[in-house]
Amino acid sequence: MASALINVPARAKRGEIIEIKTLISHVMETGFRRTQLGAVIPRDIIRRFVCTYNGTEVFRAELHPAIAANPFIVFSTVAVESGTLVFHWTGDHGFSVTESAAISVD
Amino acid sequence: MAPHTPQRSSRPGKAVALLGAIAIAASAFAGEIAPSERRSGYDFMSRETRAMQDDDTANPGMLWVLEGGTLWSRKTGAAGRACADCHGDARTSMKGVAARHPAFDAAKGRPVSLEQRINLCRTDRQQASPLAWESRELLALTAFVARQSRGLPIDVVIDARTQPFLDAGRAAFHRRQGQLNLACTQCHDANWGRQLAGNVIPQAHPTGYPLYRLEWQALGSLQRRLRNCLVGIRAEPYDYGAAELVDLELYLMWRARGMTMEAPAVRP
Repeated sequence: MASALINVPARAKRGEIIEIKTLISHVMETGFRRTQLGAVIPRDIIRRFVCTYNGTEVFRAELHPAIAANPFIVFSTVAVESGTLVFHWTGDHGFSVTESAAISVD
Repeated sequence: MAPHTPQRSSRPGKAVALLGAIAIAASAFAGEIAPSERRSGYDFMSRETRAMQDDDTANPGMLWVLEGGTLWSRKTGAAGRACADCHGDARTSMKGVAARHPAFDAAKGRPVSLEQRINLCRTDRQQASPLAWESRELLALTAFVARQSRGLPIDVVIDARTQPFLDAGRAAFHRRQGQLNLACTQCHDANWGRQLAGNVIPQAHPTGYPLYRLEWQALGSLQRRLRNCLVGIRAEPYDYGAAELVDLELYLMWRARGMTMEAPAVRP
């Protein structure tokens, strides 16, 4: 079961720089471990994180082994208009989680 | 450095070495830490790790709390009941519950830990299968329940029924074990605040369990931590749920009585 914590300010002034925090849980498997019989356990990690703001991509991250099991990503963007921020994580074995948060800009 | 720890001399010399040996031997049998000197593991952490624990959106333990909140209201077992059907709103019904566990269970005739209490509820009331130790679901439910006690003082009940188990836990804490022949007290009473390899030795107050350990990259129970320590002194760890571990949990909680609950905590 995947769950994500997102912190986006509910309100902001136009042109203000806002900080966005995201944290997602994931059952990481590095791809470097082996079973007792010597078979490699397939890698299972989150590969990519994308944030769009009213459809426009504002942040993207490529993730690789040895970063974090439960990636905590903090970034900032400029509050331009009221709308929705959509967060999308994708990974190995078809992992895909989408969350969204609303922001109102004065 | 802790004020009561013996001073080590870098100068060689028989008299100095002998004095040092006496001082270390004496400190190994130092008594319990005075209430005013007790410190949570939080106080030994770096600024960054503290910030991680303090911010609920940065604290990875909150992921388990979130999941536990979902499980709380999910119907399960042959009885088709959810935790919420009996206990209602956890914010009020579960407030302080984690702070008084391990607690005496009349049916078992001994104290049970919070994890065991949750599983007793599952088997007896929900007629569901017990959750495996350290499984995601059990950790999530425990974290969710423990979160409701955040900020409250630890308050385990010691009476005629629980006293023998507290004594057993205290004896285990002071008993030398394993190939390294070490007792818990030698590190956590006598040498807290000093370095063990790269890490500061904390006082072993279980204020934040279940907690997210950066080393584990996951949430874990107090019993997982205790088993870690036992492996560290090269003793064979007790099984999860063993009476010896619950007794030790009871002693540790009593030792930390009055300290503030901070579950789910973050530790390095």
